[in-house]
Amino acid sequence: MDARAIHKLLANEFGDGVGNFVEQPTEPHIEVDATAIAKVCSYLKENGDLNFEHLSNLTATDYLEENRIRIIYHLHSYKHARWLTLKVAVDRENPHVATLENVYPVANWLEREAYDLVGVNFDGHSDLRRILMPDDWVGHPLRKDFQEPSHYHGISTVRESMLTINRN
Amino acid sequence: MSVEIELAGEGGGLATEEMVLNMGPQHPSTHGVLRFIVTADGEVMRRAVPDIGYLHRSIEKIAEKVGWHGFMPYTDRVDYVAAMTANQGWAMCAERLGGIEVPKRGEYCRVIAAELGRACSHLLGFGAMGMDIGAITPFTHALREREMINDLLEELCGARLTFNYLRIGGVAWDLPPGYEEKVLRFLDRFELAVDEMGELLSDNRIWVERLAGVAPVPPAMAMAYGLAGPNLRASGVNYDCRKAHPYSVYNDFEFDVPVGTGEKGELGDCYDRYICRLREIRQSSRIVRQAIEKIPDGPVIAKVPRNFKPRAGDCHVVLESARGEMDWYCASDGTEYPYRVHIKTGSFTAMSIMEALSPGLMIADLVAVIASFDIVAPEVDR
Repeated sequence: MDARAIHKLLANEFGDGVGNFVEQPTEPHIEVDATAIAKVCSYLKENGDLNFEHLSNLTATDYLEENRIRIIYHLHSYKHARWLTLKVAVDRENPHVATLENVYPVANWLEREAYDLVGVNFDGHSDLRRILMPDDWVGHPLRKDFQEPSHYHGISTVRESMLTINRN
Repeated sequence: MSVEIELAGEGGGLATEEMVLNMGPQHPSTHGVLRFIVTADGEVMRRAVPDIGYLHRSIEKIAEKVGWHGFMPYTDRVDYVAAMTANQGWAMCAERLGGIEVPKRGEYCRVIAAELGRACSHLLGFGAMGMDIGAITPFTHALREREMINDLLEELCGARLTFNYLRIGGVAWDLPPGYEEKVLRFLDRFELAVDEMGELLSDNRIWVERLAGVAPVPPAMAMAYGLAGPNLRASGVNYDCRKAHPYSVYNDFEFDVPVGTGEKGELGDCYDRYICRLREIRQSSRIVRQAIEKIPDGPVIAKVPRNFKPRAGDCHVVLESARGEMDWYCASDGTEYPYRVHIKTGSFTAMSIMEALSPGLMIADLVAVIASFDIVAPEVDR
């Protein structure tokens, strides 16, 4: 079953919760609504013919010009050796999406990473804290409008280039 | 990043008081800068909460600033124990977006380099595992062989750890003259040495008792937590990216995928993870032999413009690194800088399973478990 057939199946099952199938040469994907993603993934995992039992990757990208953040899910089926990409677009100012933690336990850390670096809020997550950056860090570094602070705890974050330092 | 632990105040009967131990970030057996906050009742852990991020070098952010070609040396630092496969992930991303076809000889050079790198990484993996659980000798044996592979890779690309050998479109240099014979001569001896290491350890009673039956991961749990590579296969899931989704020229080679069977204890225990790695070294060596036999003539790198600008769009590339499936997601907006790069690594998911796996384990076993997952801290934090 190819991605297009899976899209048809999902559209029948979930109606408005599933958006378009985007035929892109390097990354064909299915658009899913933010509120439906957990149900869609649970269906893809449990359905006997699909067996997407592995959440291989979860990440988010900030599209500043569109004023949107896209959360990208890569599902994989070991049984059928098949990939599926889902994308959820959310508002940049107030990005909220349902957590997948209860469907795929691995989502716990992947979602924490997306929250930490891109600032996506995963509703229902049991432990949504920063994971890579320090707790007291301000902002989300992979947002396109992130301004790097000049100092962190009194330590300068910039250093003069080693090539231009005066060697007198 | 810091983790708060609530002290449970249960005091019924003769219960001992729970104790909170901080392990790391500076600890000799945590394979880099990892930290665990262990809640223990005597010697038995109630839970161990990993705290990561100490080695976060914002490699994904750097990618957005240095351009397509310029990012290649940074990928070495994602996983500096098996840097070739990290190089390859980035090259494959750029090639898929740019529609570049790598010349056959270039792909073969990549396979030879990547498989030598995998053997190198597994050697360090189980050598360090021996040291972590109190046996120094395996480390010296493993490192002796690893040095020789490092010599071979140094001859190939001038570096022993962070290779920067691959380029978008191929590899930087062709094999040096006489390299094939040199590698074959090395493999003849190396295979015997790996067998010897196996004989030293695999049936060693202390080794087996220390690892067998410790922290078994059932197949369903391994899949749910997205374990990858040898860790997943040790749990009995027969999945190897090189077989299931053959990339590069892996279709041209015959090799087996070692899978855990619980031969000394339970399925997916520390011993299975060890034995899968050991057997994979032999398979890597088998692939290198075939690659050397079949390597075609021709160029090693395609023509790629210096000012490389792939079309706008995104792609998802998966390859089998030494620590398992490595997922690369890359988005391009058609400019000379990548728009977004994300790397999901095997060590990251292996770390995320630790909290679920730790209840009931002995504190001393935590070290064995970290080692058996072959966790490399920079790969967790990137």
